[in-house]
Amino acid sequence: MQSLTLQTGALAVCAVLAGCGGAPPQEEQFWDPHEEQNRSTHEFNKNLDQVFATAIKPIVLPDPVFVGFSNASSNLGLPSKVVNSVLQGRAEPAVENTLRFVINSTIGIGGLFDPAGSVFGLHETDTDFGETLYVWGWSEGAYIVLPVVGPSTERDAVGWLVDLALDPVNVMFEGQDAVAVTGVRIAGKIADRKRFGDTVDSVLHESADSYAQTRLLYLQSRRYQLSGRQENDADAFDPYEDPYAE
Amino acid sequence: MRNEPTRRTLLALGVAGAAALALPAPALALNDAEASALIQRAVNDVNAAIASGKSGSALYADFERIFTRYADVPVIARSALGTAARSASSAQMSVFTTAFRGYLSRKYGKRFREFIGTRFEVQGARPVKTFYEVKTTAYMSGQAPFEVLWHVSDKSGRDLFFNLIIEGVNMLASERTEIGAMLDRRRGNIDALIADLKTAG
Repeated sequence: MQSLTLQTGALAVCAVLAGCGGAPPQEEQFWDPHEEQNRSTHEFNKNLDQVFATAIKPIVLPDPVFVGFSNASSNLGLPSKVVNSVLQGRAEPAVENTLRFVINSTIGIGGLFDPAGSVFGLHETDTDFGETLYVWGWSEGAYIVLPVVGPSTERDAVGWLVDLALDPVNVMFEGQDAVAVTGVRIAGKIADRKRFGDTVDSVLHESADSYAQTRLLYLQSRRYQLSGRQENDADAFDPYEDPYAE
Repeated sequence: MRNEPTRRTLLALGVAGAAALALPAPALALNDAEASALIQRAVNDVNAAIASGKSGSALYADFERIFTRYADVPVIARSALGTAARSASSAQMSVFTTAFRGYLSRKYGKRFREFIGTRFEVQGARPVKTFYEVKTTAYMSGQAPFEVLWHVSDKSGRDLFFNLIIEGVNMLASERTEIGAMLDRRRGNIDALIADLKTAG
């Protein structure tokens, strides 16, 4: 697992070094100079997902158990998000995610439950080092597909590597505890694949061009997350600008 | 790990489907209370369809009827087909539109179970270009609330929606990519695309 992660990291660095810079693309557009390589990595990831889905097929548990696994896994991601919010100079999400972590780790029994969200209305603010780089003014770079990790951009790939190295949870726990942390994260992955499997199948395994579909969805979703707005009015697609009927 | 963005994207995708089937046709002289009531009614309609105990093709047929009632399917279909629509005959467009509607109903109907109980709250409406954008917040149990935008037009003669955008994910853009890829696979042959669409989704 660890060596796989390191390999992935090395590949990410290569990908990043191979082609940095470039103007940030317009919304609805993408810059994909490595498409050929990306497509073959995408195929590899697709097959991996198929193997993963088949391997976990015998695991049958009630939905709430899977929700608990997802919760616990997300909970472990919070310290890293707090660090990134601080690096971005955003106090509010840093405080909220800290409170979430404290409440869910204690009252929520190690993060299995989400009383912070359901009782106190403290929802997770998602962030990562890729967003920190965005805040610091880095441009998006080319679209790249990372082995195992999936769709990314040059900026997000650097962010992913930094998060891996700086994650307080990874740094803090050693030995048995580190194994437990990895176990919780794997359980979270299994739970997510179970809970959202129909949608994953739809995009990855039932789409006519799953590569193009994944690229579109990733970039739209990511750009929205970073900019906090859905789209520019000027870019909004309006089919009625043309005559309604031809 | 890229855990959360993936999860959010998946949620967005699924809700796009659920919401596509759930949206009512708000009057353009929209106020929040009216729009809220309309959306609530449509969500109730959809939930009732699920609660009917129907499954598979019977349930998809219900969704297709709801979709026909609230969405400008001809415009969505034409947009999804892109430039190829210009060279298609009107007979082809008509058959394509019907096949496309069935495909959408199956595609999003399949995932419906993941989104039972999602509640939409209307924040307001504003004009954009020639249409109106209705902003809603979706509340799904166990998830942070998120934004869903509905693009509504009366240019067809009725108030119908033609696009929705969930956390930045644009349904029409997604279907343009999908239909474009299906057409490429058939080397631009629209009749072959239509035949594929009848079983796709």
